[in-house]
Amino acid sequence: MDIKIKITDRDGVLHEVDAPTDMNMNLMEVVRSYELAPEGTIGICGGMAMCASCQCYVKSDHDLPEKSDDEEAMLAEAFNVRENSRLGCQLHISEDMDGLEVELAPEEL
Amino acid sequence: MIKTDILIIGAGPTGLFAVFEAGLLQLKCHLIDALPQAGGQCSEIYPKKPIYDIPGFPEVLAGDLVDNLMEQIKPFQPSFTLGERAETIEKLDDGTFVVTTNKGTQHNAPVVAIAGGLGSFEPRKPLLENLSEYEDNGVSYMIKDPEVYRDKKVVIAGGGDSALDWSIFLADVASEVTLVHRRNEFRGALDSVEKVQNLKNKGRINLITPGEIVGLQGEGQLESVTIRKTTNAAEDITLEVDNFIPLFGLSPKLGPIADWGLEIEKNAIKVDTFDYQTNVPGIYAIGDVNTYPGKLKLILCGFHEATLMCQSAYQRIFPDKKYVLKYTTVGGINGFDGSKKEAPKAVIKAID
Repeated sequence: MDIKIKITDRDGVLHEVDAPTDMNMNLMEVVRSYELAPEGTIGICGGMAMCASCQCYVKSDHDLPEKSDDEEAMLAEAFNVRENSRLGCQLHISEDMDGLEVELAPEEL
Repeated sequence: MIKTDILIIGAGPTGLFAVFEAGLLQLKCHLIDALPQAGGQCSEIYPKKPIYDIPGFPEVLAGDLVDNLMEQIKPFQPSFTLGERAETIEKLDDGTFVVTTNKGTQHNAPVVAIAGGLGSFEPRKPLLENLSEYEDNGVSYMIKDPEVYRDKKVVIAGGGDSALDWSIFLADVASEVTLVHRRNEFRGALDSVEKVQNLKNKGRINLITPGEIVGLQGEGQLESVTIRKTTNAAEDITLEVDNFIPLFGLSPKLGPIADWGLEIEKNAIKVDTFDYQTNVPGIYAIGDVNTYPGKLKLILCGFHEATLMCQSAYQRIFPDKKYVLKYTTVGGINGFDGSKKEAPKAVIKAID
């Protein structure tokens, strides 16, 4: 089934998109599939929590899975990090995320 | 001036395999890479990660894949310009190209193959307002000559292997080493973490965690940094230092290649899938750096693209020569170093 996710892109534009729960996708891949951030500026490491190009801020109060050690470590070296920062590539799309609201963090220059 | 047949920009898996395919056609290759070692992302970002979609390898570590490729291309004696970034390209009257690096090294070849992946790896810079003011005036993003730091007060920021390793190394060189990281946990080799712990206990490394450098001060030359330990700015510490070395890893940037007059789409170079040539004849783009309808950024696709590129490069260099594809099972490998590999001859012997 598909869930709805609200994604605010780096220009502040809000997109409400359908994300499939049955295709083994993560949030970074959803953003890329809708081309909400230019290719080459998101998902640079491919989704290994080894860059922070898919950093986003979680704005809704969904109960998301805990951060792994890798994600914690990467966020500790990322820039523009806030309390509600997550790496999109580590958020596996699941039914519990229906209605999730996130904002993409600025691109690191 | 370094002369070669195919000048490959980028020594990642695709660039390395291109050396092999070129070698089968008796074409010589030279590679330029901004990183100090071959392997591209495989060596720099994820050497210990297993890859499962290399044909014939059910599982191979990225670092091992690079080692294997280096072994595979050895007979074809590739040469390298490492630690330098390709900066400019110029077409000569004879149709060949001259590529110059940021350090001024010049390379001349009739064919240029850009295998630049996501671009050249540049240090990630922390977001500090006046950071650029102090670049080369106390702030540097990599350590080229450790002697620069002899008897100096140095502050290093970061939580990975390079931050740990350089803190350990400089503890013996600098008069004072402070390591600042946003959390107590470090992501590095266990051995390095233990060494830093040891040096901290002995008072040789001043460890500030969790902490973050939030300000730089000094007249023309860095004199002190502001370290924030908590979210309360009133509790900020000012630390007198001569040098600040932020080590937050590297991130790829397409860089100067973007200004080479090549057609760019979505941060990648547009190519013709017939031979992966760009809009400039003689310049090819292979692997993650290119784009075309249906493009997939996979190592195995890069290998295919490298192979077709070499065929086209051969035709360009020798327009009058006829060429027939030879299988390595038939032709073997004739290395430029005089080595020869071929299938053993079948034993033919009568049975009495």
